[in-house]
Amino acid sequence: MSVIAPKFKLSEFIKSLLDNVFWIILILVLIGLPAIFMILFVIELPVINGELLTPFLALSWLVNPTRTLPIVHAFMETDIFRVIAFPGFGFAALLAAGTIFVERKMLAKLQLRVGPFYCGKFEGILQLMGDGLKLISKEIIIPAKADKPIFWAAPVLFVAAAAAFVAFIPVAPGWVVADVEMGLLGVFAVIGFFPIITILSAWSANSKFPFIGGIRALFQMVSFEIPLILSLLGVVMLTGSLNLSEIAASQSSFPWIVFLPVGAIVFFITMLAELERIPFDLPEAESEIVAGWLTELSGMMYGLVQLGTYLKLYAFAGLFVVIFLGGWNGPMVVPPFPAEILENGIEMGPVTAKFVGLPLFTQEMLNGTLWFVLKTAGVIFFILLPRGVFPRIRVDMLLNLGWTKLIGLAFVNIFIALGLLYAGVLGPGGLQ
Amino acid sequence: MTFTLPPGLALQKVDERIMTLNVGPQHPGSGHMRIIVQIDGDYIVACDPDPGYVHRGEEKMAEYRNYITNIPHLERPVIHDSCNVLYPYVLGAEEILGIEVPERAKYVRVIASELNRCIYIMYWLAIYGIFLGHSTMFMWPAGDRELLIDLMEKMTGARVTHAHFVPGGVRNDLPPNFEDVCLRQVNYFEKRIKEYAAVFYDNPILISRTRDTGVLSRQDAIKYGTTGSVLRASGVDYDLRVKEPYDVYDELDVHTNVMKEGDSYARSRIPWLDMMESCNIIRQALQKMPKSGSVRTKLKPNPKGKGLNSVYKRVESGRGSLGCYIVSDGKTEPYRVKLSVPSFRNLIALPNLLRGEKLGNMPSVYWSLNYWPVEADR
Repeated sequence: MSVIAPKFKLSEFIKSLLDNVFWIILILVLIGLPAIFMILFVIELPVINGELLTPFLALSWLVNPTRTLPIVHAFMETDIFRVIAFPGFGFAALLAAGTIFVERKMLAKLQLRVGPFYCGKFEGILQLMGDGLKLISKEIIIPAKADKPIFWAAPVLFVAAAAAFVAFIPVAPGWVVADVEMGLLGVFAVIGFFPIITILSAWSANSKFPFIGGIRALFQMVSFEIPLILSLLGVVMLTGSLNLSEIAASQSSFPWIVFLPVGAIVFFITMLAELERIPFDLPEAESEIVAGWLTELSGMMYGLVQLGTYLKLYAFAGLFVVIFLGGWNGPMVVPPFPAEILENGIEMGPVTAKFVGLPLFTQEMLNGTLWFVLKTAGVIFFILLPRGVFPRIRVDMLLNLGWTKLIGLAFVNIFIALGLLYAGVLGPGGLQ
Repeated sequence: MTFTLPPGLALQKVDERIMTLNVGPQHPGSGHMRIIVQIDGDYIVACDPDPGYVHRGEEKMAEYRNYITNIPHLERPVIHDSCNVLYPYVLGAEEILGIEVPERAKYVRVIASELNRCIYIMYWLAIYGIFLGHSTMFMWPAGDRELLIDLMEKMTGARVTHAHFVPGGVRNDLPPNFEDVCLRQVNYFEKRIKEYAAVFYDNPILISRTRDTGVLSRQDAIKYGTTGSVLRASGVDYDLRVKEPYDVYDELDVHTNVMKEGDSYARSRIPWLDMMESCNIIRQALQKMPKSGSVRTKLKPNPKGKGLNSVYKRVESGRGSLGCYIVSDGKTEPYRVKLSVPSFRNLIALPNLLRGEKLGNMPSVYWSLNYWPVEADR
């Protein structure tokens, strides 16, 4: 018997639910529907694919669901769909959630344990949902002397910056939220926001451990941004473009990692440092400075920062795939949509269903997405792997690595690219 | 009347550049203690360890219980090393009560204490791994420790707090077929800990992080009175199992591991080598042990100590030489029991080792001192 509701009865609970449903229907019918119809007199109804979008169309959708397909198709071409669902936030958040699950299970297998196990029927697959619910339901505690507006804003800004980064990543030909000409410069600009947000959050907490963690994060991110940018210049020289879609399209015959492995290695290491992954997780070193700049964050503020971190991880892995591994390019493995369904429809006894709006996605898009996701998952796996193998390094070793070795290697990479360019092996637009 | 605030609470006039950090007691990198660290940028300028958060009065409690009932609570300071922390008390009580120990019991004690040393070092190593941010090195020792804990459970009936040693021998005889099981588990355990080299001790990042940090010279190690792995990592060949053999250690071939560097890496490597040496000792003891015989000299109920008498015994525990001073005044309870613990001796070196180090080195240097806060506070 639960302590919270000692007199709990299922029948009464269901009765109360039905009560609520009754009142909702009643209010909707008596107030909601008349209000909607009154508004409909005033506004102009939209026309989608030559069909007037009236409320009465909902009745015909009930009879013939295939008539919704053109509407869905039209919705998928809007910017809202791209931002919310497919190449944007929803898709990235889904991959990020998968990343967290895979990370926990893979690390557990590496360390001879089972990892999340009980939540959800299969291998603790609902553990992430449980953790999220816990974080949402926890009280948010703010230090007494914190700078409250900035302290509140920092986690939100972190997620916003990570989502902005996601917007630049092209997933399939034509499927990108922001297809800007200077895409790579935009990525660098967004990456430049992260240290500022981190130090704002750390400083506004007015606490010692977050302050030290924030300073460490600042050192790390700022000093690793230089090799990060330099390591990508080789690819920019060879393609002659800063547009990420064009860079991905230029690798239709071979990925750039074949010619510029040094740049790929430098970019991978700097990526680990920018993401604060082990062995570069100094800003969150728990044995030295508790949780670094996350120490004073509680409840869903911490949850937001974690969400932003994993979105950033996906975005960096996607950037690596787009620039070095050929993006969406790959052999065509997705079968084409069956033509007879388009022409004849599906016969179900006496009725023949015709699908006007199909196929929703083109074959190229599905194939590109498949290859992009596979490659991104591979890169994410290699980002996760060092966590099981390496200890944390120290801040002086980190800066030494960033300022001497990685910048030197990045310049070597640039010279390799220049050599390939002047020797005539490669040129703008691919293999000549 | 002058009233002095405890350290850390008093307002000190310091340079503006210097920040005082309270590492502990609520801190993932401190254990049950506080280290007051003053840092200038990333460098530690002063460090003041502040133990005493888990003082439980074990020594005073021992004055109100008789020689037998003292056993379960005196092992509480280091439950992971419970046989070794009881060992000097039991040796002293035997001398005060005037009991002889059967030969087989001595071998059983040696096996139990070596197994317990490995259990302790595995726990220590797990925490050393997580202090350096190496989560695999946290999970592996914590899991492999179970092998030996199972052995101890077979032997004593308890997983961690065994209360197995009593004046006059050990509480119970070994279970049937224990020798074979023990040999098999210990062989597997040794094979397993040798794999740690690949993932931890030969890891280039670990070596570059811990080499030449917190260097304790040979002279300083002797001067501060450090013991155990800290002393042996500084190049002093000192092991009580060899220098002052107790029970049957003089009949066994014990090799002492010594490293000359005296840095954090050497201090972390010595316990690992000690575990392999412990496996050797267990194999030897299993071979030489009498196959049958009594393991306990029976005492009469409530035994009394011999007159006004005092005795000091010490053994080599997982952390270093652990001494126990017992004073008897002829009653059923000891007049005074004093534990001289290695953790506290090793802690004395901490302020000198941390001065001038970087903040990132603090956890590795602190934990490499083989310091167990609960034992130091007793």
